[in-house]
Amino acid sequence: MTIVYVPRDAGAQSLGADEVAQAIAVHARSSNTPLTLVRNGSRGAYALEPLVEVATPQGRLAYGPVTVAEVPGLFAAGFLAGGAHPLAHGLTEEIAWFKGQQRLTFARVGIVDPSSFADYVKNGGYAGLTRALAMEPAAVVAAVLASGLRGRGGAAFPTGIKWKTVHEQPAGQKYVTCNADEGDSGTFADRMLMEGDPLSLIEGMTIAGIAVGATQGYVYLRAEYPHAHRALNTAIAAAYQARYLGDDVAGSGRRFDLEVRLGAGAYICGEETSMLESLEGKRGEVRVRPPLPAIKGLFGRPTIVNNVITLASVPWILAQGAEAYANYGTGKSRGTLPIQLAGNLKNCGLVERAFGLSLRELLYDYGGGSATGRPIRTVQIGGPLGAYVPAAQFDVAVDYESLSGIGALLGHGGIVAFDDTVDMARMARYAMEFCALESCGKCTPCRIGSTRGVEVIDRILAGVDGARNLRLLEELCETMVQGSLCGLGGMAPFPVQSALKHFREDFRAAPK
Amino acid sequence: MKTLAAAEETAVRRIVAELKGRPGPLLEVLHAIQADLGYVPEAAVAPVAEGLNLSRAEVHGVVSFYHHFRREPAGTHTVSLCQAEACQSMGALALAEHAQKRLGVRFHETTRDGRFTLEPIYCLGNCACSPAAMLDGKLYGRLTPARFDELIAAKAKSS
Repeated sequence: MTIVYVPRDAGAQSLGADEVAQAIAVHARSSNTPLTLVRNGSRGAYALEPLVEVATPQGRLAYGPVTVAEVPGLFAAGFLAGGAHPLAHGLTEEIAWFKGQQRLTFARVGIVDPSSFADYVKNGGYAGLTRALAMEPAAVVAAVLASGLRGRGGAAFPTGIKWKTVHEQPAGQKYVTCNADEGDSGTFADRMLMEGDPLSLIEGMTIAGIAVGATQGYVYLRAEYPHAHRALNTAIAAAYQARYLGDDVAGSGRRFDLEVRLGAGAYICGEETSMLESLEGKRGEVRVRPPLPAIKGLFGRPTIVNNVITLASVPWILAQGAEAYANYGTGKSRGTLPIQLAGNLKNCGLVERAFGLSLRELLYDYGGGSATGRPIRTVQIGGPLGAYVPAAQFDVAVDYESLSGIGALLGHGGIVAFDDTVDMARMARYAMEFCALESCGKCTPCRIGSTRGVEVIDRILAGVDGARNLRLLEELCETMVQGSLCGLGGMAPFPVQSALKHFREDFRAAPK
Repeated sequence: MKTLAAAEETAVRRIVAELKGRPGPLLEVLHAIQADLGYVPEAAVAPVAEGLNLSRAEVHGVVSFYHHFRREPAGTHTVSLCQAEACQSMGALALAEHAQKRLGVRFHETTRDGRFTLEPIYCLGNCACSPAAMLDGKLYGRLTPARFDELIAAKAKSS
């Protein structure tokens, strides 16, 4: 029977994928056309969503963006046999967006049925765990270290070092926690992966548990992701059913249990110590470090805290070897990065490539320029705490070191484009406002500084003592950067400082 | 402070009893209460504190820390408009102005007929399809003022 794929991905659903799937099912029934409908993840080209694919002997053929109104026409054109149609794009793999991508972490996203354990295994799933179970735990840690994998959540700390620290703690209760509090605007890679290939995250966490001697894992998932919540719970149940979770993981005699805990709408809980507090059921106030979570983490026990993409990259590294992973990338940025193109771009979505391609390539070759057709004035990289990069610097390479070289940061790999109608003083004000809204309140520079920041920018925009207040704003930013306890207060000034540096002309009173 | 209705009191005690054995259960308990009652009533704080052996201040501190927990019941329909940067780059602020005019409320308010609650939200992870919104748990992308009006009209008709 012909297999037809219609994504269940939240983004595809937001463009009508459920209704399209429904219309295809209804039309197939009424016309007695046998087909199997699979709800896959998104392939990540949102300009083509809802992207309907048909499995044929030549490969998967793409049609998109499909609307409910187009469904009868697709059947009439014989799309189940690859019939010609204005929405046809030929083989999905040959579409320009996908062709040059290097999908390691996202290899199965959009390909497999995320709810099917069998489909996961058929597509290479659990090869990494099988390898890990045949190795000494210390060798698993060494492989992760050798791969050069760094935390994809934003801090870019070498993953292997975290694992090594937890591994070296005396035996006893240890935890593996996954930070799935993907709160940065412009980022959605975690969401796509959890919805499209949740078992790769589950496998990564299981490998982490085996490597460091932890028997319990938690995924700390933001409450704003109900679709991912359902997909994860379905996949976890499937893994338990297959006995790849529980008291005898894959017949190894080792235990690993996993559950999802929901956050409650606090951006700060993406900071790892705040996340641990929240997992313990407390206010998400950041902890003073040391002690590091790897030594005293969840409930005071040694704990791995890694981002979704970091953990989901581990199965590939174990299956294909650390060296194979390290062969991708540049300098100290090894491997691939799932980059998220967002905001005012013609083509938004997910591009997984080795580190090192230029921002310009991403914005224009992949992104196709702005959605509004106006010039792109700036992009913000790395979420609400990331710097604004002006058009003059678009030739920068997208890797950790190159971006930090121009005073920007990569963060979780989200890139938000703005056209030339953007008011950068307003964006700077928003950065302070967001920090005030989301500050946990523990340290003064963040809690008070952000509110004062909004007020100072308001005075500048009202034309009150402009030069003096601009100086004051710069000093305030410096105080927050130097004096805050964690990255929220410490980095919230980055967008403000970059806006002041590159777009100072926007910081003046509006003409009366 | 309003007291809990008998059915609410029973629900809160049942939830606490079910979840109290789990590690760090308070957030789980509050989620379950909100799922059941639609919000976390002030009067639920005392029985939760008692059941989990916490102080009322601790429970209050957690309820008030997290944006997700409602202190008051929401309207029949909840509309969350993303106001973060990616959505701003595609007109989210203008859409928010429009929505507030159309519904006659500001953010965090419920319409007088109790039908719609309007909330800002900071990122729905749909930044590839900005501006984004969630209406009763269903996600929408590339939302325009005209489409917003259609969705609201359809909901108003259905309720």
